[in-house]
Amino acid sequence: MKNESISISNPDKGKLNSTEKFSVALIAIGLLILVLSSFNVKLNNNVYLPISLSSLLVGMVIFARQKYLNDLPGIKNNGVWFSSLSSRGIIGWTVGIILTSFYVIIYWFPSLLGLGENGNANTGLVALFDPLSLALNGKVASQWFVYGTLYTLCITGLGYKFILKYRHNRYQIIRTIVVIISQFFLAYLIPEIMEGLNSDQAYFAKDVKNMWPLNYYFFDSWHIDNMKNGGTMGMIYLVWGIVLFLFVTPIITYFVGKRWYCSFVCGCGGLAETAGDSFRHLSSKKVSAWKFERYSIHAILVFVFIMTGAVLYNYFTNTSTIFGLDTYTWLRQPYGFLIGAAFSGVIGVGFYPMLGSRVWCRFGCPLAAYMGIFQRFKSKFRITTNGGQCISCGNCSNSCEMGIDVRAYAQKGENIVRASCVGCGICSAVCPRGVLKLENADEENRINSNPISIGNNSIK
Amino acid sequence: MIHQLTKNCNNSKSIVIIGNGVAGITCARNIRKGCNAPITVISAETDHHFSRTALMYIYMGHMRYEDTKPYEDSFWKKSRINLLNRFVTHIDSAKKQISFSNGENLNYEILVLALGSKPNKFGWPGQDLKGVQGLYSYQDLQLIVENTKQVKHAVVVGGGLIGVEMAEMLKSRNISVTFLVREKNFWNIVLPAEEAKIIENHIHEHDVDLRLDTELKEIISDEKGRVKAIVTSKGDVINCEFVGLTVGVSPNIDFVKGSEINTDRGILVDEYFETNIKDIYAIGDCAQFINPINGRRPIEQVWYTGRMHGETLAHAIATCEKTVYNPGHWFNSAKFFDIEYQTYGDVPSKLPENLSSFYWEHARGQICLRIVFEKSSQKFVGLNVFGIRMRHVILDKWLTEGRTIEYVIENLSSANFDPEFFEKHEKEIRNTFNRNQFNITKGI
Ligand SMILES: Cc1cc2nc3c(=O)[nH]c(=O)nc-3n(C[C@H](O)[C@H](O)[C@H](O)COP(=O)(O)OP(=O)(O)OC[C@H]3O[C@@H](n4cnc5c(N)ncnc54)[C@H](O)[C@@H]3O)c2cc1C
Ligand code: SF4
Ligand code: SF4
Repeated sequence: MKNESISISNPDKGKLNSTEKFSVALIAIGLLILVLSSFNVKLNNNVYLPISLSSLLVGMVIFARQKYLNDLPGIKNNGVWFSSLSSRGIIGWTVGIILTSFYVIIYWFPSLLGLGENGNANTGLVALFDPLSLALNGKVASQWFVYGTLYTLCITGLGYKFILKYRHNRYQIIRTIVVIISQFFLAYLIPEIMEGLNSDQAYFAKDVKNMWPLNYYFFDSWHIDNMKNGGTMGMIYLVWGIVLFLFVTPIITYFVGKRWYCSFVCGCGGLAETAGDSFRHLSSKKVSAWKFERYSIHAILVFVFIMTGAVLYNYFTNTSTIFGLDTYTWLRQPYGFLIGAAFSGVIGVGFYPMLGSRVWCRFGCPLAAYMGIFQRFKSKFRITTNGGQCISCGNCSNSCEMGIDVRAYAQKGENIVRASCVGCGICSAVCPRGVLKLENADEENRINSNPISIGNNSIK
Repeated sequence: MIHQLTKNCNNSKSIVIIGNGVAGITCARNIRKGCNAPITVISAETDHHFSRTALMYIYMGHMRYEDTKPYEDSFWKKSRINLLNRFVTHIDSAKKQISFSNGENLNYEILVLALGSKPNKFGWPGQDLKGVQGLYSYQDLQLIVENTKQVKHAVVVGGGLIGVEMAEMLKSRNISVTFLVREKNFWNIVLPAEEAKIIENHIHEHDVDLRLDTELKEIISDEKGRVKAIVTSKGDVINCEFVGLTVGVSPNIDFVKGSEINTDRGILVDEYFETNIKDIYAIGDCAQFINPINGRRPIEQVWYTGRMHGETLAHAIATCEKTVYNPGHWFNSAKFFDIEYQTYGDVPSKLPENLSSFYWEHARGQICLRIVFEKSSQKFVGLNVFGIRMRHVILDKWLTEGRTIEYVIENLSSANFDPEFFEKHEKEIRNTFNRNQFNITKGI
């Protein structure tokens, strides 16, 4: 009963029409420029950067329009388990390996991308992005600028694709527009421009929504100092960062669930929902995965609390150790390396094609864990199950990027109240029987359980 | 509604259930919740329970077979439900024993028959040719995968739910489809003409060559014994390499026929699911009520009823307390390509004298609502809805409380179950209703 027996009958469906070929060619040109410049081929950056970025974006837009606008609106999951890209086939593995390598290079070997170290000028790929960086913040590019630009480009282009795919579903359209805007302005453009305006001040994180503990260095001494020395703007960020975490987040999560963050404004979530959409079904739905998730994500949350406690202690006591241990060596460095880089970046995105799109959000993100506790125990949000209408088909569980076995609840007529649900709404969208509704309502009866389905009066 | 099995009679009789579909499995699971009796579930189809309703999604590549299993494989051991992959050939009710095709026997103290259905075939010439099949079992799914490789054009015969599903399946693999439907309107034993029209248009929109009022007459073979064309009742010859027969299903009870157990179209049972033989019960698609329950059909062939049968019989077995089957208001749902359909209560396709209905359709033509009510009392008796999701609990409650149609229209928003931010139609529906109210009160 293996899947291989079920291969597509008419392979010509996979063939591309000429417009699609054109769009693929555009994307290929855009990528080619990036690759060539990585290998230090001399290009005129002022000319080739705009060509590369615009052909990538236009290519994605044309491709998406070809793919979806020729079909009627509706659920578009045909063949996701057949396609090599989205079913851990050769293409999937190849993309995974390329992505993973890209992350490894960017975190640990940025000089390979041409980052000019020790005051040297940038070369290669990083240099290609210098003109844009200079225009936005007046400085030459860093590998993170390259990364941020490509990241934003992916969310924008593939977000557009996602909107076309779900154009019959307003929740998805609105959610994705918010995701794109948040990324484009809050995470990318505004911080870059402000960096330029504040260029005489030291660096501090200027993405207003990137809060602690996702932004784990927020309370590190150097970051606090930089904010304190950052003038009015720095103080605003310091106060806002604390208020956001302590008050704003619990309150909004109480009213609408953690989705307001995870599926609307978060950058990691944004990439998962747009670029990662083709891989969402690859998340494991096993009970064992759920068990692992509860350990791993809460362990990381606890670690972040300890680390931050230690760091604050150091800050206020002007020390650098706690209980005789150096906080950098024992806490900050391992966290930054293992969690901040290896987990959230390399595995979190690099492994999309193997483990699904929300590995980081599900197993690692301390902010998700924090909000999840509110969502589970004190929130109005739930996914309501529509009485006895479930036919146990499994589309909901299959599409849940967080690996929640939605069907297990729905077929019992139970509401879904889970710490991990990011409220993407895809389970509800794909359900062919209209069984699931994400909603905020009275806390009473949020968690219900009816052992006997509605419609059966035999058993009192 | 919470049923705690306080009166645990500690049934320890060995229970054998034939059939691991929704009826048999629900029964097994619910017996286990209430007592410790040994339970064995037998099926010759798959080792584990899977969702039959999801067959189409495996074919279309939305899911794999393992994704359609509602319970993890380890669940069965944990629940101490013994699973057996065997084909049952005989029941000896005197010895309380069943026999398998491999010659083994198994004793039971309580036997539950949950045998399900099989696709109908009406004796058409050529119906057993290669490339001609129905769709019911996992084996049928494997067969259709095999049968549709390299197929360019297919014919689907029979305009029910499985027919539309099959058309959608074939289209997903880029196979063009001719869809023969005997009736003048699509699925007109269930759908009123307006709803049928919407579906017909939508089927056309999906580039399916829908031919209403047309029957299959004959299937023509090529020299290798494979279908090469069909002939319709109108004399048209349609070349095709695949024919899907989806003209309904009937109880899968061949090996029970001729035993002491009374059968008609299905296995005859009373309102307790008891057959004429003590300790043998039948539930799900294969059961036929001697006296139809609460005015419903004698054979109920849907997922929900199979589940309710299983729940009810399990309660009786686990508590040793006779439990009469008492289904509440009818409900059902389906999806025709991209149009979702839900129904609650009674919506006859042709209204009898005492009923009337209010019908609203969105200008775009894929969203509609029909509310049926009693002419004399204005009492709400059922509704059909396309393209708007409705809340089961609320509608069930309104039906039980005997609300009037005015009440339903007034409060329609509270029954809306669409995702957040979706376009709302209640106001327009209410306005249409108020404009037409004069006609409604007169029952036109
Ligand atoms: C393609 C398709 C789509 C459907 N979609 C819907 C839908 O959307 N909504 C809905 O309400 N209903 C739907 N149905 C109908 C619904 O699936 C059935 O009503 C329901 O599955 C019947 O359940 P059951 O437990 O009675 O029987 P089944 O699920 O048929 O289970 C019976 C089992 O018993 C086994 N068995 C029979 N005889 C023997 C024997 N002698 N030895 C060993 N094993 C035996 C069979 O192999 C089978 O596995 C659909 C049906 C099909 C085929
Ligand atoms: S998709 Fe809908 S019908 Fe299918 S299992 Fe999930 S809730 Fe039930
Ligand atoms: S349960 Fe549904 S809404 Fe929540 S994360 Fe999973 S698919 Fe998204």
